Amino acid sequence: MVALRVWLSDPSPSSRGQARLGQFWLGWLRLRRNPLAVSGLAIVGALLVIAAFAPVLAPHDPLAQDLSRRLLPPFTPGNLLGTDDFGRDILSRIITGSRITLYIVGLVAVTAPFLGLLVGTVAGYFGGWTDAVLMRITDIFLAFPRLILALALVAVLGPGIENAVLAIAVTAWPPYARVARAETLTVRNSDYIAAVRLQGAGVPRIILGHVVPTCLPSVIIRVTLDMAGVILIAAGLGFLGLGVQPPLPEWGLMISSGRKYLFEQWWVSTMPGLAIFIVSLGFNLLGDGLRDVLDPKSAPK
Amino acid sequence: MADTSHSSAQSRVAAIAIRIATELATLAVTLLGLLLMTFLIGRVVPIDPVLSIVGERATTEQYDAARLKLGLDEPMWKQFAIYVGDAAQGDLGQSIRTGEPVLEEIARYFPATLELATLATIFGVLVGVPAGVLAATRPGSLADQVVRILGLIGYSIPVFWLGLIGLLVFYGMLGWVGGPGRLDSGFQMLFEFEVTQYTGMILIDTALNGRWDMFANAFSHIVLPAGLLGYVSMAYISRMTRSFMMNELGQEYITTARVKGMPEWRVVWIHAMRNVLVPLITVIALSYAFLLEGSVLTETIFAWPGLGSYITNALFAADMPAVLGGTVVVGAVFVALNMLSDILYRVVDPRAR
Repeated sequence: MVALRVWLSDPSPSSRGQARLGQFWLGWLRLRRNPLAVSGLAIVGALLVIAAFAPVLAPHDPLAQDLSRRLLPPFTPGNLLGTDDFGRDILSRIITGSRITLYIVGLVAVTAPFLGLLVGTVAGYFGGWTDAVLMRITDIFLAFPRLILALALVAVLGPGIENAVLAIAVTAWPPYARVARAETLTVRNSDYIAAVRLQGAGVPRIILGHVVPTCLPSVIIRVTLDMAGVILIAAGLGFLGLGVQPPLPEWGLMISSGRKYLFEQWWVSTMPGLAIFIVSLGFNLLGDGLRDVLDPKSAPK
Repeated sequence: MADTSHSSAQSRVAAIAIRIATELATLAVTLLGLLLMTFLIGRVVPIDPVLSIVGERATTEQYDAARLKLGLDEPMWKQFAIYVGDAAQGDLGQSIRTGEPVLEEIARYFPATLELATLATIFGVLVGVPAGVLAATRPGSLADQVVRILGLIGYSIPVFWLGLIGLLVFYGMLGWVGGPGRLDSGFQMLFEFEVTQYTGMILIDTALNGRWDMFANAFSHIVLPAGLLGYVSMAYISRMTRSFMMNELGQEYITTARVKGMPEWRVVWIHAMRNVLVPLITVIALSYAFLLEGSVLTETIFAWPGLGSYITNALFAADMPAVLGGTVVVGAVFVALNMLSDILYRVVDPRAR
């Protein structure tokens, strides 16, 4: 263990792998000193674990209805967070719903940055007219209200989890394009890119192999910070009935189904809302911490 | 000497003219892009626009006549040109549900949204700016931590859920505020008939008419949604104010002012604040635009008859012209706010002129 630590913090690493792992180690040490970031990491970690073991952790079948046990309050024996209007166990539904949230977040986290990286690196690398046109398109998308655009798209595509993901991804890529373009501009004229070009590498190879990797760190921070927003938009679409469809236990949908009982059976809406809040808080805390670690300029002094 | 200053003034006018021209061109391209997007969405929608007008039992002739009238036999680019031309004249099509022009309907719904978002932004600025300044002047203190955590909560909370909880606590349990809607139902009819509607914003109209009983009732209804939305925008504004202020307070002119013996409140609120205001304008405009957009979710909760309710109701009635018209309007307001903040930025900051 001690040897590993010494190896990781070696000021003169003997291989590229060692240097890279050493960087991660130093970053981790900095992140660990920030209690808010650590709690964010804990929340996101807990979400991953809960989603992975959802069928084991959920005390009941999230879809099993029992009309004799409907709208039971929290702390009822057997139903820790109470039951909803169909007598389904709310805790089990929240636990299972974590999978849906993670699924949406994961898909958006893959597709939106991919699109943004593609547009941003191409615009930055070629410059000139390509850049002007692509960035104009990006600006147009940025000028749109995200939620309303997603709403209109879902209205066209029809409600459902995949369409919600698509609508969110279509509205989420422009910031990534901006970030990627800025990073590309800083490396475009550097010597190592010129060297690769002189060796005869084609444009796709230069962009994919040498430009994209330099953009990745800033894009990853952006993704983490964005995830909270994605969760909130997805929940909003679910709440409006345009995202995931019943009877699936999506958190936004659960809030909306509890609205009818708000004043008498408050827990039906409150519990899934708490889940959304905690998870999105977790991503925000982690994103903030990551930014402080990876980009010391913006760290609060 | 007089000659050179004359020519420099001339070149400045020319520079401003060029800037305004580029700005307008950008605006035009952005709006065109917005229209292209809604146009494309409208064309791929699985609802047949002809069928929704003539009905299921129309004959082929009737169907074809309606199709011709809508211009659906023209090539795509021509249809788009017609769409843009109509939109430029304020024609966003007709609502399928009511047969009324979409823009007229929106004009009726919009003041309610505007009133809510404006009041919320006022709350957000009045609380958010002092909170951000407080946090920036005492970094690491308890006040700073509290502001940071309140901000993070505001960032992370689903606003529609916050609305439900607010209704549950302040209306259902405590009874401190009016419930959903803009007025008690008893006042609703009175408002329609006895109040001259100058602006469509209840607080302003009732005040202008001297109906303070109605004003008080309307205030009890708007205070909860405006307060909750104000909290969300406060989260954003306080956080940005803090970081702008921290940045300013590290500058040398601040040290100079302090060395001169200037009182600290003057250093912060007069000297630093003037420079913080510049980027803060953009932040406030953005949070305002965000509230207009968020109205889609919050208005459902509070039964608030605004633009957001209009769009969502149209959505569920498959009234696509109304949905897309609403999207165009919100998008255009978004673009306008962005541009306005750009212009204000130049007015406040001489370096950006």
